[in-house]
Amino acid sequence: MKKIINDPKNVVRDALYGVAAAHPQLRVDHAQRVVLRGDAPRQGKVALVSGGGSGHEPLHAGFVGPGMLDAACAGEVFTSPVPDQILAATKAVDGGAGVLHIVKNYTGDVLNFELAAELAEIEGIEVKAVVVDDDVAVHNSLYTAGRRGVAGTLVVEKIAGASAEAGASLSEVADLATRVNAVTRTMGMALTSCTVPAAGRPTFELADNEIELGIGIHGEPGRSRVPLAPAADLAQMLLDPILEDLDYGGSEAVVIVNGMGGTPQIELYLLYAEVARILAAADIGIVRSLVGSYVTSLEMAGASVTLTKADAELLSLWDAPVDTAALRWGVRG
Amino acid sequence: MATQTAGSAEPGEGSVDAAALTEWLRAVAASIAEHATELTDLDAAIGDADHGSNLDRGMSALVGVLDESHPETGDSTVDALLKSAAMTLISTVGGASGALYGTLFLRMAAAAGPVNALDAKGFAAALRAGVDGVVARGKAELQDKTMLDALIPACDALDAALAAGGSLADGLQAAAAAAAAGRDATVPLVARKGRASYLGERSAGHQDPGATSATLIVEAAAATLGGPPSAGPGGG
Repeated sequence: MKKIINDPKNVVRDALYGVAAAHPQLRVDHAQRVVLRGDAPRQGKVALVSGGGSGHEPLHAGFVGPGMLDAACAGEVFTSPVPDQILAATKAVDGGAGVLHIVKNYTGDVLNFELAAELAEIEGIEVKAVVVDDDVAVHNSLYTAGRRGVAGTLVVEKIAGASAEAGASLSEVADLATRVNAVTRTMGMALTSCTVPAAGRPTFELADNEIELGIGIHGEPGRSRVPLAPAADLAQMLLDPILEDLDYGGSEAVVIVNGMGGTPQIELYLLYAEVARILAAADIGIVRSLVGSYVTSLEMAGASVTLTKADAELLSLWDAPVDTAALRWGVRG
Repeated sequence: MATQTAGSAEPGEGSVDAAALTEWLRAVAASIAEHATELTDLDAAIGDADHGSNLDRGMSALVGVLDESHPETGDSTVDALLKSAAMTLISTVGGASGALYGTLFLRMAAAAGPVNALDAKGFAAALRAGVDGVVARGKAELQDKTMLDALIPACDALDAALAAGGSLADGLQAAAAAAAAGRDATVPLVARKGRASYLGERSAGHQDPGATSATLIVEAAAATLGGPPSAGPGGG
C-alpha cells in the first residue's frame, strides 16, 4: 500500500484537519466528524444533512455550503457514519424548519440514518429522508438491497439545496429531491480496484485487459467483468443500460461524466466526447454538463455517467448559486 | 434493588449475570480481534473489505468501556450492561453491522429488563428478542446470506435444547454448532441483502462474513456462559 497517510487508523480524522484548514468558511466538528456550513443553523431554512463512508471525496463535505448541504457526516472509509454523528449534525443545523436527510441507498447508510432520524424526532426535530438510488447496474431490486446511490447524489444534493435556499418547506424539498432521484440514472465501471487503508490490500483484483462493469462506489465488485475496449465502446456500455431504463427521448438532460478517483481528466473529457456523440444521435439534448471527479472510490480508476432528465424548474435550480468547496458558480468574489 | 421478573434468576451456577455477560463480551472481542483479517478477507470477496476492521474497532471500544466501568464487580443490571454494549457498538462500528449488532444487544436488553441475572430460559428469550430485532431492522430472512443464517439456527437450537431439558451450557453448545452449520451453509447461497447482493450469482461460492462474525459471537457465548455442559463430548 502506497498512500499519503500518517496511520491507516487515522485517515478520516487527519483528512478532516485538512478540510478545516483549507476551508475556513466551513466549521468542522472533529469529535463527531461532521462538516458544517459556517453560518449554520440558518433560522427558518430547511437544513440538508448528508453523509456516508469516507473515500468518496469531494462527496459529501465538498458539497457543504450555501446552495447545497448544511452538513456532511464523515464515516470511516467506505463505512456509513454512525447515528451519533448524524444526530449531532441534525441538531447543529436545524433552524426550526426541519431537516432533510439525503441518504445513498446502501444498507449501512440507510440503517444508521434511520436510527438517527428516530433519535432526532425524540428530540423534537422534524426529519424527512430521501434515499438516492440512481445506479442502473443493479438489475433486480427485488432480490437485492436495491439500486445503489452513486454519482446522482450530487444532482439531488444540488437541486434540493437550491430549493431549500430559496425557502421551500421540508415537504417541498423532500418531494423535489425524490423527483430528481426519479429522473436520474447512473452507470459506472472500474479499470482498477482500490485499497481501503485499514485493509492494506486492493479490494479485488482486475487483470490488465479487464474492466468491472456496473460498480458501486465502495470498491465492491460490479455485475460483470468484460474485456477493456476503446472509449467509444465503453461509453456505449455505460449509456445503454441508462437509456434502456428511462426514456430520455427528445428531452434535455444534465450529464455528468464522473471520475472514480484514479482516472485523469484527459480521459474523462475523452469519454465525455463519446457520450455527447451518442446522446446527440439519440436526440437527447445536453443542457448542462460536469466533467470531473466528484463521487469517487478512493484511487480506483474508472468512471460513471449520470443523466438527469431536466425540466425548466430543475434546470433553474441547478443554475442557482452554489458556494461549496467542490461546486461553485453564480457567486461573486 | 433490581426487580425480579419471569426468566430472571439469582446469580449463581448456570445463571447469566453482569459478570458472566462481561466475560462473554470480552471473549467476543478477543475472538473478533483474532479473526479480524479472516472477516475482512471474506468481506473483500463479496463486499467492501471492512467487516473485520470495523467490528474489531467497535469491540475494542467496548472492552475500553468495560475496563472503565467494571460491570462485573458492581451491581450492574443485565439490561444496563447490554444497553451500554449496544450503544457502544452502534457508535463505533458503523456500517450495517454496527446498526444490526447494536440492535441485537439493544433488544436483548429490553427483553431482559432490569434484573441482576437471567436463567437459561430468560437468556434464550432475550437472545430471541435480539435476533427478532435484527430481522426487523435489516428486513432480511433466512437464506438471504446474512448474519441471520447463523443467528436464527442458533436461537432455534438453544430453544430446542432447553425444551428437551438441557442446561444453558448444553443449549449454547448446540447453538454454537447450529450457528457454525448455518455459516457454512451460506457458501452456496446467492446474497439477497446487503452489499453482496449486488454481485448476484457471483456471490455464490463465498462464505458470508456476517454469518461468520455472528458464529464467533455465539461460540463465545458457549465458551463463557452457563458453566460446563452437563454431558457430551464438549463436557468436563
